[in-house]
Amino acid sequence: MAKILLSELRHSYMASPQGDADWALKKFTLEWADGGAYALLGPSGCGKTTLLNLISGLLVPTEGRILFDGRDVTAASPEERNIAQVFQFPVIYDTMTVYDNLAFPLRNRRVNAHEIDQRVREVATMLELDSMLKQRAAGLTADGKQKISLGRGLVRSDVNVIMFDEPLTVIDPHLKWVLRSKLKELHQRIRRTMIYVTHDQTEALTFADQVVVMKDGEIVQVGTPVELFEKPSHTFVGHFIGSPGMNVLPCEVRGGRAIFAGESIETANGAKYRGESKSLQLGVRPEFVSFSSEGVPVQVVKVVDAGRYRIVDTTTGAGDMIKMLVPEDERIPEAGARLRFAPERTQIYENGWMVT
Amino acid sequence: MNKTVNQRAWLFVLPVVLLVAFSAIIPLMTVVNYSVQESFGENQFFWAGVGWFEKVLHDDRFHASLMRQILFTATILAVEVPLGLAIALAMPRKGPWVSVCLVLMALPLLIPWNVVGAMWNIMALPDIGLLGRGMNALGWEYNYTRQPFAAWFTIVLMDVWHWTSLVVLLCYAGLVSIPDAYYQAAKIDGARPWAVFRYIQLPKLKYVLTIAILLRFMDSFMIYTEVVVVTGGGPGNSTTFLSIDLVKTALGQFDLGPAAAMSLIYFLIILLLSWLFYTLMMRNEAR
Amino acid sequence: MGPASRDWAVGLMSLELRKITKRVGAEVTIYETSLVLEAGSFNTLLGPTLAGKTTLMQLMAGLDRPTSGEIWFRGTNVTGVPVQKRNVSMVYQQFINYPNFTVFENIASPLRVAGLATSEIDRRVGRAAELLRLTPMLKRRPSELSGGQQQRTAIARAIVKDSDLILLDEPLANLDYKLREELRDELPRFFADRECIVVYATTEPTEALLFGGNTATLSAGRVTQFGSTADIYRRPTDLISAQVFSDPPINIAAATKSGGEVRIGEAIRLPVGATATGIPDGRYTIGIRPHHIRPQARNGVSASIEGTVLIAELSGSESAVHVDLGGQTWVSQSHGIHPFQVGSRAKLYVDMEHAFFFDAEGRLVTGGA
Repeated sequence: MAKILLSELRHSYMASPQGDADWALKKFTLEWADGGAYALLGPSGCGKTTLLNLISGLLVPTEGRILFDGRDVTAASPEERNIAQVFQFPVIYDTMTVYDNLAFPLRNRRVNAHEIDQRVREVATMLELDSMLKQRAAGLTADGKQKISLGRGLVRSDVNVIMFDEPLTVIDPHLKWVLRSKLKELHQRIRRTMIYVTHDQTEALTFADQVVVMKDGEIVQVGTPVELFEKPSHTFVGHFIGSPGMNVLPCEVRGGRAIFAGESIETANGAKYRGESKSLQLGVRPEFVSFSSEGVPVQVVKVVDAGRYRIVDTTTGAGDMIKMLVPEDERIPEAGARLRFAPERTQIYENGWMVT
Repeated sequence: MNKTVNQRAWLFVLPVVLLVAFSAIIPLMTVVNYSVQESFGENQFFWAGVGWFEKVLHDDRFHASLMRQILFTATILAVEVPLGLAIALAMPRKGPWVSVCLVLMALPLLIPWNVVGAMWNIMALPDIGLLGRGMNALGWEYNYTRQPFAAWFTIVLMDVWHWTSLVVLLCYAGLVSIPDAYYQAAKIDGARPWAVFRYIQLPKLKYVLTIAILLRFMDSFMIYTEVVVVTGGGPGNSTTFLSIDLVKTALGQFDLGPAAAMSLIYFLIILLLSWLFYTLMMRNEAR
Repeated sequence: MGPASRDWAVGLMSLELRKITKRVGAEVTIYETSLVLEAGSFNTLLGPTLAGKTTLMQLMAGLDRPTSGEIWFRGTNVTGVPVQKRNVSMVYQQFINYPNFTVFENIASPLRVAGLATSEIDRRVGRAAELLRLTPMLKRRPSELSGGQQQRTAIARAIVKDSDLILLDEPLANLDYKLREELRDELPRFFADRECIVVYATTEPTEALLFGGNTATLSAGRVTQFGSTADIYRRPTDLISAQVFSDPPINIAAATKSGGEVRIGEAIRLPVGATATGIPDGRYTIGIRPHHIRPQARNGVSASIEGTVLIAELSGSESAVHVDLGGQTWVSQSHGIHPFQVGSRAKLYVDMEHAFFFDAEGRLVTGGA
């Protein structure tokens, strides 16, 4: 297990990068404590897989250093860094049995047979593969194979970090839930540093203690799932996390309160804003918008029943769309609807960044 | 996915069926015809039943050429398949040299077979050929027109030069299709290069190797042109393989009956062995 | 209206599957099914992988023949009519576009095959591109587009033909989560104001709910239920339909009802909700959706269960907790942040008003609401 420090890291796939756009990963410094569960979350092309490969040693960074527990591993191979990686699609040795697959990394390191047997059985039981140890690995289903991939990483006691590169991509949707829970359970049990790369916010938020949200090679916010949800520091984070994402509405700030659609709205950070800009934004999640007797006047445009709640689309007179989440049994007014934004959950953003 | 049954497909196949019927099935039937009849010239034919087949199967000459053929094919496979695989493993999979290597490998396959034979014929000549002179310089009294071993050596070398590229290209295609993640995982697992070969590359090449071995088996079993141009089947009988023997019988002695019987037996042997090969390899896959 | 006139009205623009089955060798891939899809309707085929959604779509399109039964469209028997003669479009999970054509040419391709005039082609392609927000990309090639844009191109190509039947086979499955959400939001808009029948296959119950329209639940080759999405969700006809239409999985348990109480296993006793008091006593399978089990009492719900927390997950605005009730594992999903310690005892409130009761054969006796 290791504490990971990424110091002034920057990476480009080109030989001589010129402008900003040539860098796949812009410069950053990040530190991760030992034994935590982390997620790298972002849309396709944001650089999360690049970052993962830099940590695992499959890529050498253009600039910067990587340290495991204070030891500089920037130039070290994946083997030397003692990491394990689970890929997007299951990577198993077809000709071997499940047992041999799990034993493979230990045999390569010349561990003695008795200890191998012990570790393999322990991991197999943890992953519920113990009944299949004698079967050929090629015959398992996709989730079974991914478990084997994971098992090969767990079986080694010297692993610093286990990395996951969108591992649930090929898993059946109704099994994803099971496997996700299993990964979380596993982490809570063995407490090894795990880094999980995904574009799926549910996977990231359910698995990780801390999530790194990325966009276009930059780290936009690092925080716990709750922090990212309640206090997104950038409108991108607000939009990307949450289904549906945060409402971002144009507004002005006067006297510490936001002005939107002719209404004065109390916000969590309005009082902190000292500038004069006319193009500020107000961010509030659909969960924190509710019908009320006073507030922003809107018209209900569409109601979609999503089972446990309803997604209601509303528009203001000026044409701004506001989405809201209404619980199952609550009534939706026919006309004359007004919306209240929960003040402690409404933030002002300038140029996309939360005003502090 | 299930395809819809479409009767119109038969119309498309009809021209090909006619062509194949004309150029293959009818001549084949003629051969079968000859194989069960005896002729004393003057277009007089008598029913011989399985007589010719018996005669051929008991013929020492046939046995001898069959043995030679089997030895040849076994040698070819033993050399070309591992060699081809090794070359494919050594070829770069990315970068500027890929196209260069591919073209180099493809060249021997593009040369007409009789030209290949002619090339090696001249190259192996002990007085003026590169190979011949080279062998003599190394101390070996090499003369392929007189020494059976030298003749075999030359022919095997020629076939290896000619056809290993096929194995290389097939294996290369198979190797290139293995996703990077497998190599990365092996690296992370600490696997040595030999383990990578044995547990990742070889299993993934199963299909490709099956095809390569099957193709080389069938082609080498039917080899004719190159050998005839280089050695003519000699010295003596030492490089008279099945097809050469067949032609000698059919055209040299004009024994149509035995020749026809022999060709059918030949055909059935190849069919049987190919089927055996294929089933054995596919059964491993299915398990 | 008598039966004859009703048939006439139904046959007017609808797709009808009459007792169709599909067998491959000895295996039955689709069990006997009869469905009527109306013109202008949006129909979701919901079910896990290999449930038969793709096979059913292929039968509808004419890409495959049913082993038995008939397919009628607009009052004509089209069983066995190959897909080229039917006016059908299909969108696949993999973004299928002609790699060497520009986006414009891709969208125009079916119209060129149909031999339309250039001006008409221009007009239709322009309209489709605008609807799908592709107008700035018309000159690019698919390889230069993002995944979402490639799929939009495929969808544009499907709608430009003005087909009678448009089939979409899990078209959003290969897209990033957020892109999927955005495209899903817009999808109904593409098919609004059209007379075509839209059939959409998916494995995610949430998608079916968000689209509204009609839903057919499929499981192992059987269409277990078909009807308006909200109806099916609230009143599944059987246990399998309830399970298919549930994500996270619905909590089920064998239970015995006696009087006003339901007993599950040894320890759990729950009061019977108002909707279920009338049913006879006896053994049932009880099904409760995860969001009807909450960590906080609400709306006067007081029935509760206690168990050991196995897994606690926080995902943004929702909390999910898996508890071990001594032999059974149940899942609770609730809004808001409710942190739980793994291994601790948790008390959860069960809203029995929304519990489903299924009989021994799995049929719904009462429940939902």
